[in-house]
Amino acid sequence: MLILVPEMTGWLDALIQGVLLGGLYALFAAGLSLMFGVMRLVNLAHGDLIVLAAFVILVAAERLGLDPFVAVLVALPVLFVIGFALQHVLLNRTLGRDLLPPLLVTFGLSIIIQNGLLQIFSADSQRLRAGAIETASIPLGGGIAVGVVPLLTLLSAVAVIVFLNLVFYRTPIGRAFRATSDDLEVAQLMGIDHRRIFAIAMGIAFVVIAIAALYLGMRANFDPTIGPARLLYAFEAVIIGGLGSFWGTLAGGIVLGLAQTIGARIDPEWQILAGHLAFLLVLVVRPRGLFPRALD
Amino acid sequence: MDAGATKPTRSFRIETAGRSSRAAAAAAGVILLVLVLLPAVAGRNMIQDLIFLFYMLALAQCWNLLAGYAGLISVGQQAFVGLGGYLLFALTLLGGVNPLLAIPVVGLVCALFALPTALIVFRLRGAYFAIGTWVVAEIYRLAFAQFKTLGGGTGTSLAPSVTSSVPGIEWVKTMLDMRAPAARDVISYWVALALMAGTLAFVYLVLRSRRGLALGAIRDNEAAAAGLGVDIYRIKLAVYVATAAATGMVGALIYLQKARISPDAAFSVLDWTAYVIFIVVIGGIGTMEGPVIGAILFYLMEHYLADFGASYLILLGTLGILVMLFAPRGLWGLVAERYGLTLFPMRRRLVVCGSETISPEA
Repeated sequence: MLILVPEMTGWLDALIQGVLLGGLYALFAAGLSLMFGVMRLVNLAHGDLIVLAAFVILVAAERLGLDPFVAVLVALPVLFVIGFALQHVLLNRTLGRDLLPPLLVTFGLSIIIQNGLLQIFSADSQRLRAGAIETASIPLGGGIAVGVVPLLTLLSAVAVIVFLNLVFYRTPIGRAFRATSDDLEVAQLMGIDHRRIFAIAMGIAFVVIAIAALYLGMRANFDPTIGPARLLYAFEAVIIGGLGSFWGTLAGGIVLGLAQTIGARIDPEWQILAGHLAFLLVLVVRPRGLFPRALD
Repeated sequence: MDAGATKPTRSFRIETAGRSSRAAAAAAGVILLVLVLLPAVAGRNMIQDLIFLFYMLALAQCWNLLAGYAGLISVGQQAFVGLGGYLLFALTLLGGVNPLLAIPVVGLVCALFALPTALIVFRLRGAYFAIGTWVVAEIYRLAFAQFKTLGGGTGTSLAPSVTSSVPGIEWVKTMLDMRAPAARDVISYWVALALMAGTLAFVYLVLRSRRGLALGAIRDNEAAAAGLGVDIYRIKLAVYVATAAATGMVGALIYLQKARISPDAAFSVLDWTAYVIFIVVIGGIGTMEGPVIGAILFYLMEHYLADFGASYLILLGTLGILVMLFAPRGLWGLVAERYGLTLFPMRRRLVVCGSETISPEA
């Protein structure tokens, strides 16, 4: 039997926690990856939307007295409709050859969501209370244990990726997603109503956002201002993984999570910085990411 | 114009200025002179308000050149505001450099930082570039939070010995019969005015030059510009580095005036990028006049509505979205479209002397 010295245990623990943290980042990133993939939308409000979804789950849990895992089921259809409407009413108008409108509209949206949440919920830290499961952990031996919630996060991330791949490659709507993504004009000629397709894609992205928000809210405190940082993590995971591949996004999230926990192990103040630097390093060494599929 | 009519043969010349723009140039000269002399009569509050207006306008004009012309939509310009502020603190507090001398040095150093930064973020295209610049700004913020000599995460203040060492304070005190803090504001005001006017003049001259023609071509259609032989990468790099230097100098001035810096404030995406984007978009992106209009409007809103806090920001965000959707060329775009007005002419018009003026889109 392998006997681990404490120093090694610490590092091994950091690696395991890094992979699990990567699951959370992959969840943040999956929705963004979907929007990139289908409508080529770079959504600067993505982080704020995750925080918004966390507040929706919070309200559902508190008002109806539900466990967060049940509350998210209540929130899912609501968020799907919000996403569908947002794309149909607002974001579809911004898509075109010019990059500026989608960027600026989502940037404005980010400011509106942040300040709207501040007005309604104040700047206080919130948390989704899930009872005993929050602190439950599974011992792996050698003084290392994995938390149940972090493990569920990673498993959910894998499930979401499998689900998205199934939707994309095994269903008629997925075929429409790929068609509009490959060539919008030809897809339209084939009778695809791209506005509806984009709205459905956004609805699905919001479902993924809701799942990400559930784990964001259970794993740590959140408040209305933390959205932009989540956007950056999600973006970094997508770029590290390579555009156009959901499995790449998962890998990107894990790389980011590992970089952060390893950085934090060296000096707690370096956690976030280490993640950003890993992103820059990938950009320098492999500008198209680790597992690129799309061409742009 | 009448002179051309007497010539027997038709001759051609290229002109950029029109009557309205010549009047605008004269007016700009008069306004500049009035602004220079203003501290003699204006109160301290007004001087401070104008400092704010000037540096926001300078930042907006830089972002306009970057995003409106070179197509480099950055949401990370706070990197250079913060870098400029921190470099000013480092040079004056640790290096003992005179604050006014430090500002141009800061510009130079910011350009040096911008070069390797550009080499990395330029690997990201279009919208990805935008978020990439934001990541870079975060890296700068987190890195400066590590400098314990400059206060780490909580920041630090300029020593009174530094703020009072700004040259000219004594002169202003005696000339305008002021106390030292007010005299310090007047010096900052003149520096802000110089930076603002300098930035405007720089952007205008760049846009009127050969490079400006190339930039206008990139703005209108990047692929076509490349096809006509414009070296897109080089020109974008030059614009990125030049605007970083200007933005850094403005940042240095902002924090000389504030005399207190912290990483969260100096690298704030809201203060130094969101507001700036708002100014440019509301006023009219891709025009010289737009940011001027936008900055004045923003100043008025900030003055009368900032007390509403979050609601004010919601209003700004909503206005930005509405303008982007329904008047993508901004307020100035609406005016220019309706009246065919340009105050800072960039278009080259072919004038056929003795016959009517042909004015093609340039």
